[in-house]
Amino acid sequence: MLSPVNVSIESLNLMTLVPMLIPIVGALLILVIDLFKSEQDRSLYVMLSLLILGVDFISLMDSASVFHKNGTIMGVFDVMLIDGLAILSQFIIVGASMLFIPLALTHKRFHEFSYPEFFALFLFMIAGFQFMVATDNLILIFVGLETASLALYTLIAMHNRDKSFEAAVKYFTMGALAAGFFSFGSMIFYALTGSVEINQIAEVLSANKYADIGFVLVGVVFLLASFGFKLSIVPFHTWTPDVYEGSSAALAGYMSIVPKIAAFIVAMRIFEFLIHSGVVWLEVILYIFVVMTMTLANVWALVQTDVKRMLAYSSISHAGFVMAAILIGTTQSNSALFLYWILFSFTNLGSFSMLWISRQKNLPAHQQSDHSYNKFAGMIKTAPVAASIMALFMLSLAGLPPFGLFWGKMYLVSSAITSGYTVLALIMVLNSAIAGYYYLKLIVYMFMREPIMEDSGHIYSANATLPLKTIIGIAAIGTIFAFLAINQLLEFITMFVYNSGY
Amino acid sequence: MLDHILSILIFFPALAAMLGFVVHKDSMRSYGVAVATIEFALSLWLWFAFDSTVSGMQFMEQIALVPTFGINYIVGVDGISLFIVVLASFFTMIGIASLGETKDIKNLIITLLFLQMTMAGVFSALDAIVFYVFWELSLVPMLYIIGAWGGPLRIYASVKFFLYTFAGSLVMLVGMLFMAYFYFQATGQWSFAILDWYRLILPESFQLWLFVAFFMGFAIKVPMFPFHTWLPYAHGQAPTIGSVILAAILLKMGTYAFIRFSLPLFPDASVYFMFPIAILAIIMIIYTAMVAYAQKDIKQVVAYSSVSHMGVIILGTFALNVEGITGSIFLMIAHGVVSGALFFLVGVIYDRRHTKYMSEFGGLAHVMPRYATIFGLMMMASVGLPLTINFVGEFLSLLGFYKQSHILTLLAGTAIIVGAIYMLAAYKKMFFGVVTKEENKHLPDVNKRELIALIPLAIITIWLGIYPKPVLGTINTSVESVVSLMHEKAQTQEAKSRIPNIAKEASAAKNSVEEAH
Repeated sequence: MLSPVNVSIESLNLMTLVPMLIPIVGALLILVIDLFKSEQDRSLYVMLSLLILGVDFISLMDSASVFHKNGTIMGVFDVMLIDGLAILSQFIIVGASMLFIPLALTHKRFHEFSYPEFFALFLFMIAGFQFMVATDNLILIFVGLETASLALYTLIAMHNRDKSFEAAVKYFTMGALAAGFFSFGSMIFYALTGSVEINQIAEVLSANKYADIGFVLVGVVFLLASFGFKLSIVPFHTWTPDVYEGSSAALAGYMSIVPKIAAFIVAMRIFEFLIHSGVVWLEVILYIFVVMTMTLANVWALVQTDVKRMLAYSSISHAGFVMAAILIGTTQSNSALFLYWILFSFTNLGSFSMLWISRQKNLPAHQQSDHSYNKFAGMIKTAPVAASIMALFMLSLAGLPPFGLFWGKMYLVSSAITSGYTVLALIMVLNSAIAGYYYLKLIVYMFMREPIMEDSGHIYSANATLPLKTIIGIAAIGTIFAFLAINQLLEFITMFVYNSGY
Repeated sequence: MLDHILSILIFFPALAAMLGFVVHKDSMRSYGVAVATIEFALSLWLWFAFDSTVSGMQFMEQIALVPTFGINYIVGVDGISLFIVVLASFFTMIGIASLGETKDIKNLIITLLFLQMTMAGVFSALDAIVFYVFWELSLVPMLYIIGAWGGPLRIYASVKFFLYTFAGSLVMLVGMLFMAYFYFQATGQWSFAILDWYRLILPESFQLWLFVAFFMGFAIKVPMFPFHTWLPYAHGQAPTIGSVILAAILLKMGTYAFIRFSLPLFPDASVYFMFPIAILAIIMIIYTAMVAYAQKDIKQVVAYSSVSHMGVIILGTFALNVEGITGSIFLMIAHGVVSGALFFLVGVIYDRRHTKYMSEFGGLAHVMPRYATIFGLMMMASVGLPLTINFVGEFLSLLGFYKQSHILTLLAGTAIIVGAIYMLAAYKKMFFGVVTKEENKHLPDVNKRELIALIPLAIITIWLGIYPKPVLGTINTSVESVVSLMHEKAQTQEAKSRIPNIAKEASAAKNSVEEAH
């Protein structure tokens, strides 16, 4: 005999769902508008999405202030978990999305942006990521992950080039594999502990002192593999360059930031207790992955002939770099992760947008790929401003002070030193030195070679419109003047991370 | 305004460079000269306002940057950095004023002004991170100068220069973060301020590791043997102005940083590594002198001789006593003036003949008498003739090290003779004998624009050679406080005995300075 469930509405804390529901409602709204009057201009959808995301951002600020007052909140049968990590990462997700969506307003018409579905899927994807970070329930993480990923596969395929279908299918296959791994890993943990909540898994495991260490390791390996695919950790990274190459530069830049921060949060939640469990093996596995990802991706990036592929490998390397923060697992390193990722999103947003505005509609016959290094040769002569801005982003990616990413790097390396990972710190800085070479290569092409194209420099901003230039301007200002904001950011982030117990 | 003079010195050229984008390219040269002259005048004002009886930092400014992590914008000068700051703005001024006809002169001048910002920043920063920011930032303009205006191998040379230094300084960054962490452990507060770090006494084992980490960054910059391989390429490919600034100022960042960071922070480690570093310095002096002798290209001769003399600077620094350090700082300035002038002179002949091979010349003394005179003077200064600027510095550096080791000093002394050999040989090949090549018969002598750079340098060379006191006295005051700090902080018996107790030896140090006059 089933007894009726008695739950009061207040105890459900439905307010915790609001930030996720806003984009979902917004997406439905866009679809409804299309139902009544189709063939609208894309600017309508872009602005609507921007507004919806803006509302979402405000609601996040609201929950941030609630967290500031009352601490962590659970909601909806304790499935939702709104802690500092969830709020910070949602800020990054929504903020980055707001900066990326205007990139659809290009000068040339790319047909994917003329469909309202594109924007609806985009918003669904954001909701998916938000669910992923705002819970410690493995099932809800899985649901969020799949919602977001399926939407993303479609967005890539909509670019409608041969390579983008290939990219979408490749990403889809790898993503399906990752999903399989994730569910298998969760299953093992469920079998071991009888729970799908990460904090309860941690409690049960530490209560029986990791008796079934063999199974734990198998579970960890499966979960790590699934995150490996999402975060493009070596050796699960093989899809990344191809997918980046096949999708539009705007979307590639987006993929290098938002899905990864979501995956980082989940990885942080899971590995936080595993790293501190005292089982050396877990640490060793993660250590090896981190070092491999940083180093090998750097070496591959050295030999690329296409800027976008180079940036793809560089973003793999950056992911490895940030993964080190999870390995270190202190408050300082976790704060460094957020600081790094915020600064990285500005810089990467800028560099991918620079590629995006130079994108031709069709590939000219003499060019192998959209953004080969040769295309940028002698850019300082024909388009000095664009070349200087691009160089700025490259220097920031290389970690040259005082530009944005340097501060993230410095804080992260410092956190490695503070926790006694001196060798790791050295590996990290030496990798930055290697990475310097391939970022420099683009600068060398732009500033020190003679122009190859006869074009008068128009090509580098063929796609530029006022909104795109604004976005690049925001990214450039964020990169140059980051040092003024570091203190506030750091205080804000550290408070949130510390108060959520990480 | 004097309260903020250092910030003005740092950011005025950067602001001017930004506005320079608007200036028309035909007027750019005048704009550059005007800006650089104002900058130089400001630095002279700094010198006159500087109180040379005070040993500590002056004109300090402090603005919080990332206070939660202990990073503050702190600048200040003392006797050690003052003259290098003045020298940097001086070289920027005469460098821009004497620029020959080059392509893209507008971009070049803007880049030089940015470079001046980073140089002023490095030598006046008193916060490790601010120091690091300017230190790294100085690579970018130099990369562009070598890579865009250099010779046929310019891209290879510029990238090698950048990556070599970048890699070294990242290791140094780890050292800095470690220092800040130690400070945090000791006091519970993060701080990157150098003056705070000075108060920290570290256990010897930590000192050794940190010394090595900082050494990687500094030694590559100097460049010390065996990290010197980037320099001949950089000099060989760089345009004249690039070589001049590189040799005169940028290399001094490394030697300056040794005195600012390594010695006072790690006195025990400095004593521990004194002899290994001295041996490296002597290898550097002898080996590069021999390599210089084997060169066919006059610019390479000057480049290797410049490395060779940097060895003497290192030797003087690691004498760890007042004479040696004072001498090495004076030699930094002297080396800047002399090797800067030599690179200018090489540039003069290169502009006329577009070759740097000595075999292409001969008998130039007949064709270009004024050129030969100035070249001769600078060459004599470079080999350390008494009454020239280099002599004072070299003498004091060697005198300082003589107190630590007689044999090593003797070796270094012989190397200076080798220096005389290759320089005189090069001079003979180029200037004496009969004019063999037809092209050389009607070469124009140095013109007015070139004299703008060369005459002041010649005057300084002789003036400070005869009467170094105004500079030497100021340096001496600050060095005494550094040495006494080191003596106080030293823990091992060895270090206590190697680093002199300044209170006892103050009179002796004064005498030796007087001797040099």
